[in-house]
Amino acid sequence: MKKEEEGSERPDNTAFTQQRLPAWQPILSAGIVIPGFLLIGLAFIGIGIALFLTSQTIQVLERDYTGYEQTSPCFTCSSPSAKNCTCEITFSLDKIFTGPVFFYYGLTNYYQSFRKYGVSKDDNQLFGDTTYFKNPQDSCFPYQRDSNSRPIVPCGALPNSMFNDTFELFHEVNKTKKRVPLDGKGIAWWTDYNIKYRNPSFVNGSLANAFEGTEKPINWPTSAYELDPTDPNNNGFLNQDFLVWMRRAALPQFRKLYRRITEGDYAAGLPAGDYFLTIHYNYPVLNFDGRKMVVFSNVSWMGGKNDFLGIAYLVVGSLCVVMSVVMLIVYAKYKFKEDS
Amino acid sequence: MIRWIRQQLGFDPPHQSDTRTVYIANKFPHHGHYIPQRFADNRIISSKYTVWNFIPKNLFEQFRRIANFYFLIIFLVQLMIDTPTSPITSGLPLFFVITVTAIKQGYEDWLRHKADNEVNGAPVFVVRSGSLVQTRSKNIRVGDIVRVAKDETFPADLVLLSSDRAEGTCHITTTSLDGETNLKTHFAVPETAVLQTVSRLESLQAVVECQQPEADLYRFVGRITVTQQEEEIVRPLGPENLLLRGARLKNTREIFGVAVYTGMEAKMALNYKCKSQKRSAVEKSMNTFLIIYLGILLFEAILSTILKYAWQAETKWNEPFYNQKTEKERNSSQILTFISDFLAFLVLYNFIIPISLYVTVELQKFLGSFFIGWDLDLYHEESDQKAQVNTSDLNEELGQVEYVFTDKTGTLTENEMRFRECSINGIKYQEINGKLVPEGMTEGTPDGPVSCLNREEELFLKAVSLCHTVQISYDQTDGPGDPFSHANGFTPQMEYYASSPDEKALVEATKRMGVTLTGSSVEGMEIKTFGKTEKYKLLHVLEFDANRRRMSVILQKPSGMCILTREKVMFTKGAESAILPYTTSGEIEKTRVHVDEFAMKGLRTLVVACRNFSVDEYQDVDRRLHEARTALQHREERLAEVFNFIEKDLEMLGATGVEDNVSLSCGHFHRTMNILELVQQKSDSECAEQLRRLARRIKEDHVIQHGLVVDGASLSLALREHEKLFMEVCKNCSAVLCCRMAPLQKAKASDLVHVVRLFKTSPEKPITLAIGDGANDVSMIQEAHVGIGIMGKEGRQAVRNSDYAIARFRFLSKLLLVHGHFYYIRITTLVQYFFYKNVCFITPQFLYQFFCLFSQQTLYDSVYLTLYNISFTSLPILVYSLFEQLVHPHVLQSKPALYRDISKNSLLSFKTFLYWTLLGFCHAFVFFFGSYILMGEDTTLMGNGQMFGNWTFGTLVFTVMVITVTLKLALETRFWTWMNHFVTWGSIAFYFIFSLFYGGIIWPFLHTQDMYFVFVQLLSSGSAWFAIIIMIITCLFPDVIKKVFFRHLHPTNTQKSQMYTNREAIGDDFIALQPLSRAKNPLGKIRIRLSFQMEEAKISVSSEYDTAQIRSTGEDNRPLIAASPPSPLVQPPAPYP
Repeated sequence: MKKEEEGSERPDNTAFTQQRLPAWQPILSAGIVIPGFLLIGLAFIGIGIALFLTSQTIQVLERDYTGYEQTSPCFTCSSPSAKNCTCEITFSLDKIFTGPVFFYYGLTNYYQSFRKYGVSKDDNQLFGDTTYFKNPQDSCFPYQRDSNSRPIVPCGALPNSMFNDTFELFHEVNKTKKRVPLDGKGIAWWTDYNIKYRNPSFVNGSLANAFEGTEKPINWPTSAYELDPTDPNNNGFLNQDFLVWMRRAALPQFRKLYRRITEGDYAAGLPAGDYFLTIHYNYPVLNFDGRKMVVFSNVSWMGGKNDFLGIAYLVVGSLCVVMSVVMLIVYAKYKFKEDS
Repeated sequence: MIRWIRQQLGFDPPHQSDTRTVYIANKFPHHGHYIPQRFADNRIISSKYTVWNFIPKNLFEQFRRIANFYFLIIFLVQLMIDTPTSPITSGLPLFFVITVTAIKQGYEDWLRHKADNEVNGAPVFVVRSGSLVQTRSKNIRVGDIVRVAKDETFPADLVLLSSDRAEGTCHITTTSLDGETNLKTHFAVPETAVLQTVSRLESLQAVVECQQPEADLYRFVGRITVTQQEEEIVRPLGPENLLLRGARLKNTREIFGVAVYTGMEAKMALNYKCKSQKRSAVEKSMNTFLIIYLGILLFEAILSTILKYAWQAETKWNEPFYNQKTEKERNSSQILTFISDFLAFLVLYNFIIPISLYVTVELQKFLGSFFIGWDLDLYHEESDQKAQVNTSDLNEELGQVEYVFTDKTGTLTENEMRFRECSINGIKYQEINGKLVPEGMTEGTPDGPVSCLNREEELFLKAVSLCHTVQISYDQTDGPGDPFSHANGFTPQMEYYASSPDEKALVEATKRMGVTLTGSSVEGMEIKTFGKTEKYKLLHVLEFDANRRRMSVILQKPSGMCILTREKVMFTKGAESAILPYTTSGEIEKTRVHVDEFAMKGLRTLVVACRNFSVDEYQDVDRRLHEARTALQHREERLAEVFNFIEKDLEMLGATGVEDNVSLSCGHFHRTMNILELVQQKSDSECAEQLRRLARRIKEDHVIQHGLVVDGASLSLALREHEKLFMEVCKNCSAVLCCRMAPLQKAKASDLVHVVRLFKTSPEKPITLAIGDGANDVSMIQEAHVGIGIMGKEGRQAVRNSDYAIARFRFLSKLLLVHGHFYYIRITTLVQYFFYKNVCFITPQFLYQFFCLFSQQTLYDSVYLTLYNISFTSLPILVYSLFEQLVHPHVLQSKPALYRDISKNSLLSFKTFLYWTLLGFCHAFVFFFGSYILMGEDTTLMGNGQMFGNWTFGTLVFTVMVITVTLKLALETRFWTWMNHFVTWGSIAFYFIFSLFYGGIIWPFLHTQDMYFVFVQLLSSGSAWFAIIIMIITCLFPDVIKKVFFRHLHPTNTQKSQMYTNREAIGDDFIALQPLSRAKNPLGKIRIRLSFQMEEAKISVSSEYDTAQIRSTGEDNRPLIAASPPSPLVQPPAPYP
């Protein structure tokens, strides 16, 4: 049958069909690997030193204020029965804390990464879609509706559990407490604030009216549109603290940015001296064995204090150098067969 | 299929009788008792589906595959319970795979439908109610008289009634059935042969009785009862009366035949059998690995579930204030939640067994197999044949072969027969320049055909030119006249067609010597002896069969012949052992000596004898033959009996020696081999004793290679009782040659298959390869792990049943050493790498459960989960597995020792599997804990003090993973074509571009916008970049060190030769520009030995011994060579410079 077909069966003589494509054929031989490792190792050691030194310049100040120990100033506040409790912790700086200073709160043993907790929110609500204000998504259970079946906005466990301790920082200047201005802007991702989250359109010129017929989350003291009484642009879903909270932490021990200290006399940093941090203690953590803390830190181009990277580079770099020396010894001893 | 036929026919199988009765032209008897049998109609249905049942049936078939079923289950679980990932993540790939497969199968089935319709709707001419009616092929019923014209194919299995020739013969070719290209003559019984017109056929009253349909193309038993003038004439019907569906009518203007088997009952249709599925060693290993991974999967899922409940025992973790449960969750049953949690974990980790593995492997095999067909070195210029891949499932098995079983004749040799010598009446002759020269005489005889042959010489040549089944074909046969009426000499275009190349060689030789066969038909044969035409009437042909190993013709001599007084003569030719015992006169002893001499020279010998019949004798013979041929029961046995009765008291005429052109500069044994013999064993105990002796001998001298010669009888003895001992001896031999195999074809085949199976099932489970060219090799080809067909001259039966087909035996070396090696390396790396990359993928997911309270939180976004295997890491491995070449093909071919590096499935050993799996786990730990330590310090990683969330964490792990896994493959790649560069760097680039795009837009149709700007934020962090780099280096750095150390301290042969090629071949532009076959000569540096050379791989062949010791006698005496695997006994491979 085949013979009846026109043309020859002869395969094409091309580089592709004959598996003769030009190819680069590298071999990991000692001649390449030893100098390569040496170079990489030296480069890594250099980078490691740089990273490590950078990390060393960063100042961090961390204070636990859970009130777990009786000696802690916040001990009284930590009891579940305490309401509107305020406590104060003090710290002193013996040298200037270079600015801009970032003010974090931290939680431990807190699983924001829990799956059902993470999906317990309604993205459509948070995008300002008022049709979902009436009927929040099922994933918000059991924080979908309150006991009177009124829809909760924003619904779900994630918004409901928003961190609600607040802090005020005072600097003792000439025996008087001087309030350190805390900047609440720019603590959430720019895209979260400007694109990803949307407030519902104003109804009759007011955000509050847009939330008509909805209930605030159970644990919240105020409605979403009243989160920041001082700044009308920091309310609803576009509240920076809310946005920071809504970005779930990956691990059970986490910090979230609370404020930046960038203004006024403190733009260059916190001068040496005594400081008082007043805490409006609201958020319970002891029932799940959690801890709360405040952290002051400044940052470099590579972020906060992080010795890991520098050390890792130093270790891997040294290993590379060591291995290249070992290989050189083996090379010399066994007179690599390829070169004979 | 058969059940389907029966269902379609609507009768139960038990009611079928052993025979079917066909009333020609459906003229049923008029008495009342007759119940017409029902037969299948002539519709051919090769399609599997109809429009209606396609979707359910195809889906059913696809989900019968265990892998698809597994993914279906996962998908259903995702639909049913609340799982961490959306059902789309596994549903989409599954849907894709199922759809693509369904489309492919649907298309193939559509093609089959089209072909079926074409066949079923083809116009045919049927005789109905006295006239020729045109109808469609599918309307032919059993009993219809069908007219077929020249060069048409037969639409059903027909019994030939008449042709346009007076003697009722026709010629057909069965190329499309069994690939045999010779013309075959088929006959009509004399009573019907005269009915050459439609009107005369109308008067025919006849019944055909025959066996029920069976698949054997060469078996047909039946009889025809013709009623003429109230008298019933019974005639036998055999295969020579049956025209098979699919065969083509040649050289005959038209024939009439009655349909006996139609549609799916035709022999051709019954031969549509699906080949047994062979699975390669790699596939088996892969399945083992899959089960191990399934174990890992179940273990991780169970562990996670248990840990989850251990954790939840404490309320503070179970239900903290910020994450309270609903009433429903609190009240649901513990067992149910436990199960649903387990299933959720299963779904979460199910990516460890990726669906894309199957797709990629199939794709690799399918695409990769093109390279075999494309290879110019496997292309045979003269016959215009390229290598053919019948199944791509076994590509890698070509790299694993340990034992080669081959049939000698036609496979090693090329079936190019040449007449060399003969022995006539005790005198040896040689053919010199077309003349028969007695031994000892010089070549000084005058030119031109010798016109004076003595009586014996002439008789011998006549016997040789008459005793055969050769057909003559004339190039121009379109003329009105019958080609056989060319009484006045042959035309120059005359060509002989024979099913056996020996016969053709012999007839051509006698033609050169002056006795020319000019006509051959069912009635008579015509020869020209030095211009004088003699016509013989052909009375009977006692066909060749492998059991008797001889064939005879009984002829009536032309009147006026005076060499012998009696009228009827029988010429017999066959194997010497099949004839010598029956000879009673002539130069028996001298001939025997000559035959032995011929055999020692390696010639194929045939002995020719004759017998004259007296009138009485002939009548007896004729009657017996007729009885046996018309028997419906036990016809073969009875025929054999009669043949044996006839073929005795022979007069020895002489013997012929035909040279079978050995195509290779090789023989069976190497000169340095120590030859052991296991021949002429008469009894069991003797055989066992000899085997034990041999085994001892092998143990005693360690150095020498051994070759073993076994003859057929001894082999069957050895196989019957002493399998183990025999195996023991065979395994220690480099080559085993089985000669004088049991003659019965079936028995021989089963012996071979027995040997093959013996090797296959021996404890080491070696991979066997069988190669052969004839129909008799089919069973061996099918039995062995890899079956290779040679596109020789013995038809395409072997090719059709093989897994790979090549044009010449010598191509086997490239097929195994180069292609086999490549495929094996490619597929093993593919399989291992796939497991590795999915361990890398899923382990961080598992580890993350420890940090999310075992809540099945995914670490990566759903889109990443879906695309990881589909697009981010799919192409580099595919391209690698198509193009990788560890060693240059020249080197592979010239250094067969490299084949040993990959033998015994070494690259998929448990050790390497463990290495890859552990490597995957290690890398996963580095990705995960590297990221964990980086982020776990709780400091910001950005210059603006903002914090990352869980998705950024997952994306960091994912980014490191994609790059590392891609670079790991880059480390493995040795052959970097532009495509490798493109897909490797392209994959990484694609990941970045895709992520930027995916995270850069609010996707309206997505449920959540979790990934919005996550990737950009990650990349905006300097620390993240440094972390990504250090993690990648940490992962790959130990691997590089390991490679360097192993390469220098324990280099494998493959690695050594890589250095070798680098020095010798790279930079030699000539190689890059020339195909291998052309590059051979100029490449002095790399010695390419042309001969089939696998000494190191131990399939070695050299010719001296064979011809000295082993007779290859008879036509079907095909030795078997089983070469044993590499063993320490073998000479060490040539040292590398």
